[in-house]
Amino acid sequence: MVLETKNLGVKIENNEILKNVNVAFSEGKRTSIIGPNGAGKSTLLKALSSLNTHYDGQVLLDGEDVRAMGRQELSKKLAILPQGATAPADVTVAQLVDFGRFPYRSWLRPSDPKADREAVEWAIDRTHLNDFKDRRVAVLSGGERQRAWIAMALAQQPQILLLDEPTTYLDIGHQLEVMNIVDEINRDYKMTVVMVLHDINHALQYSDEIVVVKNHGIFAHGTPKEILTVDMLAEVFGVKADIFVNSQGISVLSPVSLVGEDRGGWRA
Amino acid sequence: MGEKTPGGGISTGRRVLVLSAFAVFVVIAFVASVTLGSVRIPREEIWQSIFGAGAGTHQQIIMNIRLPRTIVAALVGVNLALSGAILQAVMKNPLADPHIIGISSGAGLAGITMMLVYPGHEYLITPVAFVGAMGAAIVIYILAWKNGIRPVRIILAGVAVSAFLGAGISAMMIFYSDKVHGALMFMAGGLAARSWPHVFIILPYAIAGALLAFLGSKHLNILQLGDEIAKGLGLNVEMTRVVMTALAALLAASAVSVVGLLGFVGLIVPHATRLMIGSDYRFLLPGAALLGAAVVMGSDTFARTAFAPTELPVGILMAVLGAPFFLFLLRREL
Repeated sequence: MVLETKNLGVKIENNEILKNVNVAFSEGKRTSIIGPNGAGKSTLLKALSSLNTHYDGQVLLDGEDVRAMGRQELSKKLAILPQGATAPADVTVAQLVDFGRFPYRSWLRPSDPKADREAVEWAIDRTHLNDFKDRRVAVLSGGERQRAWIAMALAQQPQILLLDEPTTYLDIGHQLEVMNIVDEINRDYKMTVVMVLHDINHALQYSDEIVVVKNHGIFAHGTPKEILTVDMLAEVFGVKADIFVNSQGISVLSPVSLVGEDRGGWRA
Repeated sequence: MGEKTPGGGISTGRRVLVLSAFAVFVVIAFVASVTLGSVRIPREEIWQSIFGAGAGTHQQIIMNIRLPRTIVAALVGVNLALSGAILQAVMKNPLADPHIIGISSGAGLAGITMMLVYPGHEYLITPVAFVGAMGAAIVIYILAWKNGIRPVRIILAGVAVSAFLGAGISAMMIFYSDKVHGALMFMAGGLAARSWPHVFIILPYAIAGALLAFLGSKHLNILQLGDEIAKGLGLNVEMTRVVMTALAALLAASAVSVVGLLGFVGLIVPHATRLMIGSDYRFLLPGAALLGAAVVMGSDTFARTAFAPTELPVGILMAVLGAPFFLFLLRREL
């Protein structure tokens, strides 16, 4: 399934956040959206996921306008994990993941208990939460809790998974754990992954494609190799950075100073 | 609280156990409410009366005073508890109760105006209070509407409108201070002289409201996860919120228009139920309904027998007993 936008424009309280955005997310690929604070990364993700439907232009799923699709139908194809999700204090992991089956239920249509159970078990297994499924979400560590929320999104059995800064507030170990889970799901099920990432090095390491958002629009869209240049970092983030290749053969960056700043004098 | 694993959830077995216990409370409270009163009636006569075999004054007391009053108490408890439970999910706020959507102040001003300005039309108090309650709820809803409903805006609009209407209530009481007694009873909330007509006013709302609430329990569960998660799971958040708020308003308005401003039930009963049974609305709603019925029936029985022949308005008793119990639960669970 191809997720794309046609002339997408988003205004929030009369401020133009995004203007004329045309971007297509490749099927079965992992795409990261990066950009400076306030550039509109989360706004883009909210429009893509129909969390915000007050936009101009279109969001298309295999050429079909998502606004014509119906919220519940869309939720079977596309799952979104926003930032800062909270659950009631007594909800267990298994119960939380089961909420991911909501798109398959309705007032009139009875649910299919077998399909629900299988999907929940699969999602818990894929996020390595088998030992935690009867624990309350509230008592889990940050990394486990984030995995539980990802499992809920997976229980929707979507073809496209959208994640808004899934590693924020986690330590590096748990960050990698979460990114590895996302990686495995993408690899094993060809699930399209679109995520907003704060950490550019994560984006470089865990993405097939990177979309750079700046000044209300798409600044660049390409493979990590194409995107990561000294010029891009200077122009988009205003930083001078060293770029080098790590032991895995992946180009990573280390920010050195702000553009125009003379760190040498300051240090002495 | 008897959890098998540290950090585990509340088991289904425990939920069923708590529900069964609540059902037993309902039966005990019902029997107590029908059998106890200022007139002593032998037990055999009570059952004969109910099953149509009795006669005389005692039969009159049972059939036309105690039984309907007990049923009104039960239905009021069900409606207020369900209303509060629904609002707590809709507003995603643990302090949400029927007061915040203006039910009490609307019913209060309308009912008291009726009582004080047009005395002698007691039969109109209930419908007028109902209209007042729904009117206030609708005004708050309109004021809070801006590209959809946000809980915070409803709560703030509710506070403002309630304060405004509260000023009206106070003004009425001062202007008509010579006949304020009936108004005070209405403000405190009480079941004195409630009979069959009141049963039939509240019954349709209780049945329809409970049915719709139970049908919406899965939606309320999803709504508790927050707007973004709920939308992401395919819930029509705005629609659910509008429908469920309207339902809560109808439930509470029908109760308040019959017994006056009975506070605390809508706040404490859903909370107590949540602390014992958890936040899954498929169990929480029936639990709150049962506990609400038991609590109001039980409190009313106590209120009219403990200080006999003086009858205490049940609302006062509810607050006196409810607040400490609530604090006890809070200290124990959180």
